Amino acid sequence: MNNEKALAEEVVSFSGTNPRNCMKCGKCSATCPTFEEMDLHPHEFVSYLASGRIEKLLQSKTIYKCLSCFACVERCPRGVEPSRLIEAVRDSVVGQKGADYLSPDRIPERLDPDLPQQAITAAFRKYKK
Amino acid sequence: MQVNENSKEFKPLIVAFCCNWCSYAGADLAGTSRLSYPADVKIIRVPCSCRVNPMFILKAFEKGADGVIMCGCHPGDCHYTTGNYYARRRMTLLFSMLDYLGVDKERVRVEWVSAAEGQRFAMVMNDFAKKITELGENVKLGDIRCKK
Amino acid sequence: MQRIGVFVCWCGSNIAATVDVDRVVEAVKTDPNVVHAENYQYMCSEAGQKLIRDAITEHQLTGIVVCSCSPRMHEQTFRKTAEAAGLNQYMVEIANIREQCSWIHKDKDEGTEKAIILARAAIAKVCLNAPLQPGQSKVVKRALIIGGGIAGIQSAIDIADAGYKVDIVERTPTIGGKMAQLDKTFPTLDCASCIVTPKMVECAQHPNITIYAYSEVEEVKGFVGNFNVKIRKKARYVDETKCTGCAVCTEKCPSRKGRNEFNCGLDTRGAVYIPFAQAIPNVATIDATNCLHFKTGKCGICAKNCSANAIDFEQKDEIFEEQYGAIVVATGYQISDVTKFDEYQYTKHPDVVTSLELERLMNAAGPSKGVLVKPSDGKHPHDIVFIQCVGSRDISGRGKCYCSKICCMYTAKHAMLIREKYPDVNVHVFYIDVRTPGKNFDEFYRRAVEQYNVDYIKGMVGKVYENEKGGLTVQAVDLISNERVMLDTDMVVLAAAIEPSDGVKHIASMLTASIDTNNFLTEAHPKLRPVESPTAGVFLSGVCQGPKDIPETVSQAGAAAVKVVGLLAKDYLVTNPCTAHTDETMCNGCSSCERVCPYGAISYIDKEVMDKGVREVRRIAQVNGALCQGCGACTVACPSGAMDLKGFSNKQIMAEVDAICK
Repeated sequence: MNNEKALAEEVVSFSGTNPRNCMKCGKCSATCPTFEEMDLHPHEFVSYLASGRIEKLLQSKTIYKCLSCFACVERCPRGVEPSRLIEAVRDSVVGQKGADYLSPDRIPERLDPDLPQQAITAAFRKYKK
Repeated sequence: MQVNENSKEFKPLIVAFCCNWCSYAGADLAGTSRLSYPADVKIIRVPCSCRVNPMFILKAFEKGADGVIMCGCHPGDCHYTTGNYYARRRMTLLFSMLDYLGVDKERVRVEWVSAAEGQRFAMVMNDFAKKITELGENVKLGDIRCKK
Repeated sequence: MQRIGVFVCWCGSNIAATVDVDRVVEAVKTDPNVVHAENYQYMCSEAGQKLIRDAITEHQLTGIVVCSCSPRMHEQTFRKTAEAAGLNQYMVEIANIREQCSWIHKDKDEGTEKAIILARAAIAKVCLNAPLQPGQSKVVKRALIIGGGIAGIQSAIDIADAGYKVDIVERTPTIGGKMAQLDKTFPTLDCASCIVTPKMVECAQHPNITIYAYSEVEEVKGFVGNFNVKIRKKARYVDETKCTGCAVCTEKCPSRKGRNEFNCGLDTRGAVYIPFAQAIPNVATIDATNCLHFKTGKCGICAKNCSANAIDFEQKDEIFEEQYGAIVVATGYQISDVTKFDEYQYTKHPDVVTSLELERLMNAAGPSKGVLVKPSDGKHPHDIVFIQCVGSRDISGRGKCYCSKICCMYTAKHAMLIREKYPDVNVHVFYIDVRTPGKNFDEFYRRAVEQYNVDYIKGMVGKVYENEKGGLTVQAVDLISNERVMLDTDMVVLAAAIEPSDGVKHIASMLTASIDTNNFLTEAHPKLRPVESPTAGVFLSGVCQGPKDIPETVSQAGAAAVKVVGLLAKDYLVTNPCTAHTDETMCNGCSSCERVCPYGAISYIDKEVMDKGVREVRRIAQVNGALCQGCGACTVACPSGAMDLKGFSNKQIMAEVDAICK
């Protein structure tokens, strides 16, 4: 339990933003273009991390669904920057596993003309460097 | 300068001039909020930062102070409209002369603290006290006759 | 040799827990000037004060030092105590050993040491104190109210009823303010016009009230009891004394492009206009930027049609001066800029409106005559979405960090009014928190939900966009069900944050009244002096001090009026004796001090002085004690050291420095 809290704190400090500033308005989720793809939504990420819980987030598919489009960062009235929190969780997962979520070889077959460039860029953000 | 006999730890002597309307009230707020800063800081109340004659600052150094800080209202917020602007100019002049007078520039500081900034007051004092502790005892201008 | 008494307060355990009060007493007794020292649990209590009074008489004290809380707290208390025992009240000094010692230090030795040093500094100072006699200054029995909204109106009526003359200076052509623009008021749903217009009429008819509408305060000089104010009466190009308010000119005016400010720009008005039918003063105003006469030199239709011959194109701004004893700031608020929130399409889609615009759309005297229509096509809406907290509680830099306080209630009001009048319209409210503290407020909000079926959805709206049908789609999340909400709607109403009127900064700096980071005027004490500015003689009424609703504004306006009346009831005010003064033998009349004085308190006279046995006439600085506020700027500017400040003299401050550095 304490390990979880310590990890949550580490991830939060890594993100460079403070989830405690959140006033639970849900604008991040409201503005999120991939809300419906996510199992845990941006506002839940903020809420979980604010209370020092991270275990569920590490299992969440959301970390790969977030486009890093920063709409939530742009519109959050409290300057919480949920996307940065999601990215910090993602980095810690990718780092832990030491493996990538996507294989670079398989990207060309997934490309389709309608896919926004943002999504491709975002997909590459999901790699361990 | 006081030396704690047991630890021989250097305790600086810091004089703070605070204007009655903003900074002194800010210091009160720091107190009300129980925000601690070193006991080395002793506050002198003045009606406005523009009441602080640079002479007072030099006098403090002459008498053995290790650091002097002057706090006033934020520029534009002076209770007397323009007092802190005068203070700022005078202090700029003083700063340009400190080297010549033999006082380390870092031993004098000017900060603007409003009545609502208790936290900032404590922060400023902590920071200044830390700086002065690092600089150590002021030996330059101190009149040796005043020291034991 | 002075005979000083030192009184150390325990303040219960507030001081005594961190400062060894007995040690402080023992330590100060060693000072040659101290003849008496003692400590007591609560010095400020009656028993403590009696202790001080008795000691003054018994030991024939010439000065006292009280080691206690901040002088900002109890300096006055102890001065009165000294006065009661026959000691001049300026022979009192306070050593602040609570806020600046016991409360911030934990170590008892450290705290005690510091307390002793602070006490010694105060003793050193009080030894050099001189008895001072406060002066007197006359009180001008007239009050100025800046702003003619409900706050200004209420303050004016209350002061005028008490028998004093009041002038209202209002920037727009009519008094009435924002309240006159409202449709209904919460939580009683009574018509705003029906309650504010009679008050406006009362102002106009009151023998003690003068209204200067379409005027602005130009300059403020002087001080409490005696402000000298320059007022600019802007040119209306209409002779107020002749105009009957018949409004024929406003109908005939061929220029119809003026933005109708009263209707929040939802429609246009003529270049000559009367903001609304019940305007006070009910006279027309020509807006020169839209008037064809001013643009082309032709036209003049208004003048031809005016049977009262009131149109005067030659009119100029008029500046006059007036004296006031007190000033009430009642500058109110404006709707903050929502154009920064581009996700809500306010600038792009006409059917996205602010709440104040909706207020005009629903008002019987509004652009749609009270029929709720979409501004885009004039058709009846079937679905309306309200978004709360637009720009309020926002620390991202786009909005205001505070809660605007009134939005939850007026949104509930709008929702209820719409559901009442048009039961076919669906109303959704997106909220973060519903804040309804106030008498009958929560009941009101619950009624909207329970009886009027208003759909309250918890969650901020993410974005609003125009859908293919030309309507609006609202994208949000219902945080309770954790599901996406996509709502097609006809109108979106933004509960925009309110902010202090844009002129307030300028007014505050003229009055040397302080404002906070949000431009709200600061009160002298947030709890105990909520309607006074820290600047003496300046009082606060209404939203200029912080967001508040009508009932709160009216009560604050009344409170400010009482404070003004309390001031005007006095014939003379006691002035602060801690003022600057010149040593005639040292002054060389160089004018350095005059140039830095912010109050114009220093003048020069030619005076015969005796110096070192020589009698000669010299130019010497002279301080007007009633004008001097005691800032001390001149004392430092003086090159010869002739200028000094009573109560904070060079010697006194030097003595404090000495005592601290000993």
